[in-house]
This record gives sequence, C-alpha cells and structure tokens, in this order.
Amino acid sequence: MTNPEWITEPLAPPSYLNNGYGWRSWFLTTDHKRIALLYLISITGFFFLGGFFAMMIRLELLTPQPDLLQSDTYNRFFTMHGVIMVWFFLIPSIPTVLGNFLVPMMVGAKDLAFPRLNLLSWYLFMIGGILAFSSIVIGGVDTGWTFYTPYSTTYSNTHVLWMALGIFIAGFSSIITGLNFIITIHTMRAPGLTWFRLPLFLWSTYSTSLILVLATPVLAITLVLMGLERAFGIGIFDPALGGDPLLFQHLFWFYSHPAVYIMILPGLGVESELISTFSRRNVFGYRYVAMASVAIAVFSFLVWGHHLFVAGQSVYIALAFSFLSYLIAIPSAIKIFNWMATLYGGSISFETPMLYALFFIGLFTIGGLTGLFLAALGIDVHVTDTYFVVAHFHYIMVGGMVVAYLGGMHYWWPKISGRMYPERFGQVSAFLIFIGFNLTFFPQFILGYLGMPRRYHAYAEGFQTLNVMSTAGASILAVGYVLPLFYLAWSFFRGPLAPTNPWGATGLEWKTASPPPTENFEETPVVTEETYRFPVREEMLV
Amino acid sequence: MSLEATDDEESRPEGEHGRGNCMTSGLDLFPQAASANAQTVDQLYLAFVIASAVIVAAIFLIILVFVVRFRRREGNLVARRVKESTLVELTWSGIPLLILMGAFVWGAKIYFDEAVPPANSTEIYVVGKQWMWKLQHPEGNREINELHVPAGRPVKLVMTSEDVIHSFFIPAFRIKQDVLPGRYTQLWFQASTEGRFPLLCAEYCGTNHSRMHGWVYAMAPAEYQRWLSGEATGETMSEAGQKVFHRLACATCHARDGPPLQGLYGRRVPLSDGSVVLADDAYLRRSIVDPAAQIVRGYEPIMPTFASNATEEEILQLIAYIRSLKNLPAGSLPENVPGGTKNQNEGAANERKQQ
Repeated sequence: MTNPEWITEPLAPPSYLNNGYGWRSWFLTTDHKRIALLYLISITGFFFLGGFFAMMIRLELLTPQPDLLQSDTYNRFFTMHGVIMVWFFLIPSIPTVLGNFLVPMMVGAKDLAFPRLNLLSWYLFMIGGILAFSSIVIGGVDTGWTFYTPYSTTYSNTHVLWMALGIFIAGFSSIITGLNFIITIHTMRAPGLTWFRLPLFLWSTYSTSLILVLATPVLAITLVLMGLERAFGIGIFDPALGGDPLLFQHLFWFYSHPAVYIMILPGLGVESELISTFSRRNVFGYRYVAMASVAIAVFSFLVWGHHLFVAGQSVYIALAFSFLSYLIAIPSAIKIFNWMATLYGGSISFETPMLYALFFIGLFTIGGLTGLFLAALGIDVHVTDTYFVVAHFHYIMVGGMVVAYLGGMHYWWPKISGRMYPERFGQVSAFLIFIGFNLTFFPQFILGYLGMPRRYHAYAEGFQTLNVMSTAGASILAVGYVLPLFYLAWSFFRGPLAPTNPWGATGLEWKTASPPPTENFEETPVVTEETYRFPVREEMLV
Repeated sequence: MSLEATDDEESRPEGEHGRGNCMTSGLDLFPQAASANAQTVDQLYLAFVIASAVIVAAIFLIILVFVVRFRRREGNLVARRVKESTLVELTWSGIPLLILMGAFVWGAKIYFDEAVPPANSTEIYVVGKQWMWKLQHPEGNREINELHVPAGRPVKLVMTSEDVIHSFFIPAFRIKQDVLPGRYTQLWFQASTEGRFPLLCAEYCGTNHSRMHGWVYAMAPAEYQRWLSGEATGETMSEAGQKVFHRLACATCHARDGPPLQGLYGRRVPLSDGSVVLADDAYLRRSIVDPAAQIVRGYEPIMPTFASNATEEEILQLIAYIRSLKNLPAGSLPENVPGGTKNQNEGAANERKQQ
C-alpha cells in the first residue's frame, strides 16, 4: 500500500544523470554514482555471459551421455562459468554497484575519498574482464575456476595464462575499491554519524573491504607463482619440478575462502536494510548484527583448510579447520535470528525487495546449514567434490548473494534511476527466481550424497531424474533473471517518476532527491540520532 | 535407484553405460552402504538432515507467522517497540554453539577412524594417471580400473599419481582420498558385503575426468585367494621389484658402500642433519627420486636421482622389495641381494670400519 505522507514531489533536475550526456561525461567521470552505473552495465553483461555457460551445462546434463557438449567443451564451459561468475560478477556485484552508489551517500559525503582511483578501478576491472573474455574467444580455459596444480601449470593445453592475467588485473580493481570504501567510511562520515549510527550495509561493506584489501594480494601472488611455473618451468607447485601441489591449494583457498565471504557479506548488509525498511522497525540487536559482520570477516581467514579435508593434509590440521568452520556459523546464525526478531512487532509490507529479503533468509539458512554438513569431517569426506558441494555454494552465492543483489537493486532502483519499477513484474520475477532456484539446486544435494561427482558431463543413468529436475528449474530461473533485465531497462526511461523516499526508509540516501544531484546533498547533512529510527508505538505485544 | 550392478549391465560394453552408480530408475535418497563406515557416516548424515529439517521448518514457520501477524494494515501502520536483551542474544548464539560442538566431535571421530587403517590390513597399491586407475597387489596381480578385494577384511590402499591430482572415490564405502603426484596418500576400507561397487575419480583431472571410473569387486576371502592365484603373473611385487633393483644396478652401491637396505623398512634412520626419520613408503620413495633431500648420517650425497628411470609402479615394486629384505644375523650375506657376493659385502663393511 502507499502512504501519502511518505511521498514528496520529486525534486526537479539537475541530477547526476542529466549532468552531461557526451561519452566523456561517462567514461571520464569521477562521480561515484556514474561509476556505479558503468559497473552495473559491465557486470550485467558478465552475469548473462556466465549464465549462458550455466545454461549450456544444465542442458548437457539433461541426459547421461555426452551429446550437446563433448568433454573438452564441457570442461571449458564449467571453467568459464565459474571464473566469470566469481570474479566478474559475484565479487564486484554489490560492492561496486550498490557500494559505489551508496557508500558516499550513506555517510553523507559528496563522493568517495579517491574519486579518480574509483574510475581507475573500473578501467582495471574492464581490462581484466576483456582479457578473460578474449581468452574465451581464442579457445577458453579448462582448469576449473580453482586452477589446481599441476594440471593448470603443466598439463592443460588451454589459455590459462591469459585468463590468469585477466583475474590478476581485475584483482587490483578489488583492492582499490576496498581501500576507497575503508578510507571513506573512516574519514568522511557526516557530523554526528558515529560508528554505531552507521547503516548495517556500511558495516558489512566495511568488513567486505577489509577482506578485499587483505586477501586479494594473496590471489595475485598465487597467480604469479602459477604463471611462473607454467611459463618458465620454475618449480613451485609441480612435484616433477620439485614443487608441492598442496601449497597451491593452501594459497588459493587462503584467498578464495575469504573471497566466499566477499561474495556474501554485502548481501547480509543489504538484507538488514530491506528487513528494517519493510518492517518499519529498527534492526533488532543492531550491535550484534554489526559485530557479526566483523567476526565473519576475521574468521573467514581461518577456515581455508576445510577445502582440503581429503587433499592429503594432516589429520590434526583438518581437525582444527573443522572446529573453526563450525564457529563461523555462529555469527551467521546471530544475523538470521536478529532479522527474524526484527519482523516481530513490525509493520510488514511485501514489495519486491521484501520478497527477496524473505526468500534470502530461507535460502541463506539452507546454504548455511548444508555448510555445516561440509564442516563435519565424517560427512565431508563422502560429499566433497560432489554435487552436494555445488548445491551448497550455489545456495549461498545465488540463493544468498544474487537474491540480495536483486533485492537491493529493486530497493534502491528509484534512487538510482529516479523512476519506479513495475511492482507486479518485480513480484512475479522474485517468485520465479525462488521457485526456479530451489528446483535447480535442491536435487543436487541428493545427487551429491548419492555420489555424483562434480565436473562430470557423463553420469550414471540412475542420476537422470534429478538432473532433469535441476535443468527444468534452471530454465525457470533463467526467465526470472531475464524479466528484470527488461522491465528495469524499460523503467529507467519510461517508469513513473520516483519520489525522494518511496519506501519511507531512514538513511541519508533517502533524504536527497531521486536521482540525486551530482554532489549528493545540497548541504552536508547532520546526523542526530541512530539509524533505523522509525516511529514506534508503545504497546505490549502478547 | 540402487548402486548394485544389475545383470544385464554386466553384458554392456564398459564405458558406454557402466559409468556410474545408479542403474535402475526410481528415487532413493541414500546410495548403497557396503561398509561399516558407510553406515556410520549415514547415521551422522541422517542426524544432520533431521536437525536441519527441524531448524528450517521452525524458521520458515516463525517467519510465516510473523509476516502474517505483523503485516501492514489498518491498526498496524506503525511498528511496536520490542525490548532488546543481551540474554536473548547470548541464548541464541550459545545454544547453537553447544550443539555444533557435539556435531564437531561426532564428525571428527569418524574422520579419525577413517584415517587409521588396522595393522592387519591387506595392502594394495594404486597409481592414478590420466585417465585410469592402475592397481597392484603384493602377490603380483595387476589390474586396471578394477579392484578385487576380500570382503570382511580391512584393505589399505597406498596411492600416488603419475601426473595430475586425482581422487579415489568409492561412494558405497563413503570414502574418498586425493591421489597426488610426488607423494603417497592412503585410504582404507572394509567391505561388509560382497558385490560390485563403483569407483570414481572425484578430483577434476582433465579431458576424460568423468570417464575415469571403474569397479571394486568385494569377494569372499576364499574366492579372493582363488582369484589371486588364478590371475597371478607368477611374480610377486617384491620379485618384480628385485628385477627393477637389478636393472637399475642399485646393488652397485647398496650392497657395498651405500647404506644397507636389509631390515631398513620400518626402522628409524638417523640423518646427516641430526634428525631421525621413519623408513616408510614415503621416505623410500623420496630417497629414490630425490636422494639428496634426506642423507643418511655417515654417507656422502652421491646417489643420483632415479626419477626418470623408474615409473611410479616400479618404485612401489622397489619399495616392496626393500621391505622384503629382512634383518640378517651379523656376518651373513643375504642371498637375495643381487650383484652382491659375500666377499664384496664383507670388504665394504671392513672399509667402512676402517674409515
């Protein structure tokens, strides 16, 4: 329902969108909002490219025999699906689009601390992306996104170095973005905006940025070492050259496990904003939710060894990593319980962003609980490297992050575009995504326990029923993803004009026009109270 | 869906349809369990599934109740104040923590048991390569993509790879272990029933990764013995190792000035850097392919590498041979050391004494 008192007339232009139309005004901009749009367009392209590979994988898996794709093509497709989705969609998704757009506005600043570095980060991202894309065009890579040695360094005949170079360069874009966020949040907060008045989106963006800055260099180092071995035969990982293949796995996961949290923490931040706004209540246990983000960031560096339970590491090391992996479930659980408590006593409405937020809780819970199966040493030995793992991390990455990203996109779309998206279409596509997602990935848990290894394009006939269900779900999911592409693009030009604060939300970004002027605020806002200060009534709940 | 192979499937050409686990239609939620370990793992898994289902159902239900009860409508346009409390936060983090610690101990126990093979295990040697499994029994039988084992007896696999990393996965036993080039990993199981069970590669290893599959045949022990003698090449692993020993002329040094090999296996060896190492499979392999890495105290690092002269399978045979060299009474000469005569050996020993 609409409540007229929240709606004010949209401010007249000028806004950041009509402040210049030439190509220079976009490609040489230092406006964080325009850079966010550059990122939005780029990662949307990568999302559908990665999605194309996913769809081809699912189509091949309709039948047990290899028919649509032969082994070498299939191996390239799942590699490129992974690489594109991880480094060119999931890691940049919420930070570079919503983070770039919102961090300065949420702290009440005109821009990020280093606007030109911000533009540089987009160029680095695009150079990395183009290199990755060109490696696909010239023949692709077949190592899996994990690049395990010595396969990647000695045995693969594909364009590993091109792809690694692309990821290496894109990594610097991550580092710069993370630095920019950390410094902005530290130094550019509006008067009165203390740390515990920050929106929870900023707490999670801050935690994410810590990981981006501290973990990404390790990826860069690992890729360089891999490149040295592959290009010059310097023995680092290949035992035939005197190296140690497990060293690669330790280095890779020392980056990539924290990277998993880069791919979910921003989603947790979006979730807090959505639940609060559409319940019209402050987030229950604000400090616990905020600290849980920091705890997840810290713990994320201490659990990488749980990827190596059957890799040949010591039993005692495995024990320690299993223990720590259980511990990291606690901050996640704290968040889920506090979100549920936020609903309690709220005034809940069900616009598209809230549907995504509610679906997120369910999918993230399932993803988290199945993560515990994998932390359990006795179960992990059987299900690791099977479809169980594939299902688990898609519940986190897609059920969690992509759902949160879409929820956040719909929520802030009026601010970004100055226009409303069509609500009914939004709700329908949210439901399609929820149903399609579960149908795609839930059967994969069962497939995994039954013993279907991942990265197989030919499988036992008995697995077909579950694979057909999964592919059917994927096609529903695809429709759910394509719909927003069209109606959001339409609404960007033709949608009804959005008011300053269509959801009646708190937060500084809702106190300026939609779309905001280039300087964000006409004058620097002064913060005098906690965030999420919605009106409340004192009334006993039974 | 059953993991057990059906009869008509036996007749099919391998590699066409015999690829995986489940042959009949239908929908089971558990694969066949053919070892005590499989049942233990299933119990833990089932406990996790039930606990997760209860938690998910509770969360879904609570959310459903909240969103219905607190939906925005006349009379609920403004949220109500809810008192926050540290006690609540500590409760809903503390209770899950306790449950998780219990789950941790349970899972760790299984993992420990999986890591320690019984002392009386039958040993079988595995070499993975793109894209097949090569297996050797100490009795000399060699197989490709087929592993015959006695049911009801513990079997220990000592595994290595010739090229990239593979992973030895037997779903019916709920076990899996990566197989790495340049080192030995081990895996053990005890089949509780006779039958044929799929064997898969679980670590992506290149083009035909999904075709790197085979079968484990668990047979009655007596039948296994018959199979061993029926298939035997007439040459045990250690006999084959002896030939390799000959070919590489190892005795040139090891029967004279080099470190003696009799009774070496399983002994503690003092090294030149002052440390002591256990002479196990890994140590012997390393001493063959990278002899300079660990020098026995009192010897010069003059041994060249034999990495390019012996395949992984031959190295395993060499180790089996070295293992067969028992300690001998002082002064006597092992007759099975090739290339060594009594005099030469004594001469070498005397020279060392004089030095």
